[in-house]
Amino acid sequence: MDLKTTIIEKIKSKFGDALEEVTDFREDLSVTISPEKILEFCKFIKNDNDLSFEMCKDVTAIDWATRKNRFTVVYHVYSFKNNFNLRIKANLKDDPPAIDSVTPVWKSANWYERETYDMYGINFINHPDLRRMYMPEGFEYYPLRKDFPVMGIPGSLPLPEKND
Amino acid sequence: MGLEAKLSSDGYLTTKLDAIIAWARSNSVWPMPMGISCCAIEMISAADPKYDIARFGSEVMRFTPRQCDLMIVAGTVTYKMAQVVRRIYDQMPEPKWVIAMGACTSSGGMYRSYNVVQGIDQFLPVDVYTAGCPPRPENLLNALITIQNKIKKSKARDYQDKILPELELSKN
Ligand code: SF4
Repeated sequence: MDLKTTIIEKIKSKFGDALEEVTDFREDLSVTISPEKILEFCKFIKNDNDLSFEMCKDVTAIDWATRKNRFTVVYHVYSFKNNFNLRIKANLKDDPPAIDSVTPVWKSANWYERETYDMYGINFINHPDLRRMYMPEGFEYYPLRKDFPVMGIPGSLPLPEKND
Repeated sequence: MGLEAKLSSDGYLTTKLDAIIAWARSNSVWPMPMGISCCAIEMISAADPKYDIARFGSEVMRFTPRQCDLMIVAGTVTYKMAQVVRRIYDQMPEPKWVIAMGACTSSGGMYRSYNVVQGIDQFLPVDVYTAGCPPRPENLLNALITIQNKIKKSKARDYQDKILPELELSKN
């Protein structure tokens, strides 16, 4: 059994009903999982001896703008042991969007999740330090949301006074 | 006529106070290198032996506003950074001048987006704009010479009644 089948089999047997979709496009394996199960799922794929996805390379999100469940959170994880990349997606259901933080599994997820929070306004439940990252604290908007104008909202970012 | 000839033999020179102050100031412009992104590299080149900003008396580039009288803003100024740039400008003693180096600083450059200030003149009084992305070091030297010419025309009295801005001290 090759690696990819092993991975798919393992995930399917453990998370059969939570697994929404598995796609394999040009050697690029991607699984969609329901958001309630994300923490459990990440724990499993990290700690399982055959899979051992030890590294979280990125956490980001997609704003579908007009779709009903507007946001998708995307994780990129990597297994050193197998030299294999996996993409995990979770379609968020509610508004305001929220999902469990995966920082208990991968520490590196901390800043990625903060960035995602900063740019998309997605809440990561139980994140140890969910603060603004690029934008000033107290900024009200989420710039990577599709409804945010490219040039920003006038007056939303204060400038220092020009007093001479 | 006569006075000059008489005094110079004793090692004196008569001039106007304004003229000598302006002369001294214009030949010892100390820049505050506010290098924020790629343009800063060109600014650094201007200080290297090839372009040698020291020729103009401007070699004292220290990362403190204490004795600087010229701020070279080189790079992309974001809204978050604008607060810092302005605070450092406020900490520089009067009289002081500002060069906006490069497209980003002057107009936001290619960053037509919410996070980049579309021109630092929105919060700083700019004396000279330098075109380019990035401007060559020669171009920065040209801006420096333009500033020098501007200083040479200034009068010491122009600054004596200036009220210093209240510094907003860091809250943290
Ligand atoms: S003007 Fe060009 S070189 Fe200068 S900071 Fe902007 S992008 Fe960089």
